[in-house]
Amino acid sequence: MKITKDEVQHVAELARLEIADADVEKFARTLADILEHAESLGRVDTTDVPPTAHAVEISNAFRQDVVAKHLENEAALGNAPESEAGSFVVPKVIE
Amino acid sequence: MTPADLCGLTMHEACDLLKKREISATELTDAVVERIRNIEPRIDAYITVTDQSARRQAEAADEAIRAGNAGPLAGIPVAVKDLICTKGIVTTCASKMLEAFVPPYDASVMEKLNNSGAVMVGKLNMDEFAMGSSTENSGFKITRNPWDLSRIPGGSSGGSAAAVAADMCLGALGSDTGGSIRQPASHCGVVGLKPTYGRVSRYGLVAFASSLDQIGPITRDVTDAAILLSAIAGHDPRDSTSVDRPVPDYRAALSTDIRGLTFGIPAEYRDAEGMDPQVSSAVEAAVRTLTDAGAKCVDISLPHTEHAVAAYYLIAPAEASSNLARYDGVKYGYRNTEAGGLKQMYNRTRSEGFGAEVKRRILLGTYALSAGYYDAYYKKASQIRTLIQRDFAAAFTRCDIILAPTAPTPAFQIGEKVDDPLQMYLSDIFTLSANLAGIPGLSVPCGFARGGLPVGLQMMANHFAEADLLKAAYAFEQAAGINGKKPEIAEDTA
Repeated sequence: MKITKDEVQHVAELARLEIADADVEKFARTLADILEHAESLGRVDTTDVPPTAHAVEISNAFRQDVVAKHLENEAALGNAPESEAGSFVVPKVIE
Repeated sequence: MTPADLCGLTMHEACDLLKKREISATELTDAVVERIRNIEPRIDAYITVTDQSARRQAEAADEAIRAGNAGPLAGIPVAVKDLICTKGIVTTCASKMLEAFVPPYDASVMEKLNNSGAVMVGKLNMDEFAMGSSTENSGFKITRNPWDLSRIPGGSSGGSAAAVAADMCLGALGSDTGGSIRQPASHCGVVGLKPTYGRVSRYGLVAFASSLDQIGPITRDVTDAAILLSAIAGHDPRDSTSVDRPVPDYRAALSTDIRGLTFGIPAEYRDAEGMDPQVSSAVEAAVRTLTDAGAKCVDISLPHTEHAVAAYYLIAPAEASSNLARYDGVKYGYRNTEAGGLKQMYNRTRSEGFGAEVKRRILLGTYALSAGYYDAYYKKASQIRTLIQRDFAAAFTRCDIILAPTAPTPAFQIGEKVDDPLQMYLSDIFTLSANLAGIPGLSVPCGFARGGLPVGLQMMANHFAEADLLKAAYAFEQAAGINGKKPEIAEDTA
């Protein structure tokens, strides 16, 4: 299993991460180690085995659609790096 | 009673003394805060010490005890892992990303602890975003094992386990996604319980891998684990995966009569790679102790064990890569303020806010979910998860409790595995299957290896069979008689 530097940079881009050139090789090596270990899964016959995403049997949890008390606007914005007029402020989107 | 005696009490002993008014909550809390002050420079278990609010809570507890309307944990000093949201108290996840995050609400477990009268003395160190097995991935400090300061306390709830072992709180909450309560409990010689998925609300628990995460107690003995679990368990409409089932009185279920329980010993765990012979012999001795106490033991098989690590380390990072997308520098947390536009702000915020292991897991998870690799990695791992669940379902037709080591070795040296993540991941071999299957697991001290390092025995039970699990662990604890041994830590007298 080999992961190229370009593959690391491609995945980093998808995940909105910047990886410094000095670190790319280390990430490539450790990711390759882990994925190589995971190759063993390919030997297990999983024909007709459904995937599990949730370990305990429960059905969908519904609730009444009623207005209830939730976080006040001010509290919700309290941790925002920047806010204005009750809204989150972000840097300009269109460059 | 000396301050050292007070700090060394179990929760149930302290409850009795408080009820009889032989000690006061303020006296107990002051002793614990003083103990933290004295030995924190050696252990580094805490990220935040909340001594002032703890004092107020202790005074309120004394008042409630006098008035006769005290909750079940009134006046008991506890601490929680720093990924459980505490209203008005910084909650960092041991990450630079959340270094200044002050939650506007309490996690459900915090509401429950507050309502029970517990005194919260602080927030505990951990691997950043709970990703790690040694607490070395904390963005702030490295916690040391109270039994040997050159060794790791385990992780990711390393601060919780170390604080309980070092008498820096009477009990603690941790969280367990792949062993993060049980493995540090094992390494620090304390009891750690990961409940069934859905037994405890995850509302207000900062998410790592949502289908695996569960909050649970880390305590000095099994009785305390039962008490603390009763205090935090139960259905919560704010966590749609929490299960609506009655919460039994777990303490009332404790008994030394385990003649009705059958214990299964998986063949695959015996021959696992990298097993330390001293851990093997401690676990074998534990099996003899249980047999002598009247337990019936049978051999069982969990054939897909060898694939658990690989399946887990695709599923958990995949879920993490999705969960951690929320850290974008907009709603809360760190933001790079020098970026030119939105996308650059995202990239720089995340690159500067996350540590190396968190980035590695995000990369791994993104890779496993990305086009062209989804079927081979994420889907395949999710199918293996089904097979692992079926292994457990079959095993529980033959036994009530599965016995295993908690970790393949005693606590390793600080720095020993930091450069080899795969080796670090492989040390989770015995614990992460329980998360994949959603079943409860518990680690109870079962002996000591060379250098006086604690070894933990793991017990696992079927979904929602925590009462059986605690009963089995209690019977073992009473029969083994190794509780009460404490690490020796020199106090820095300030």
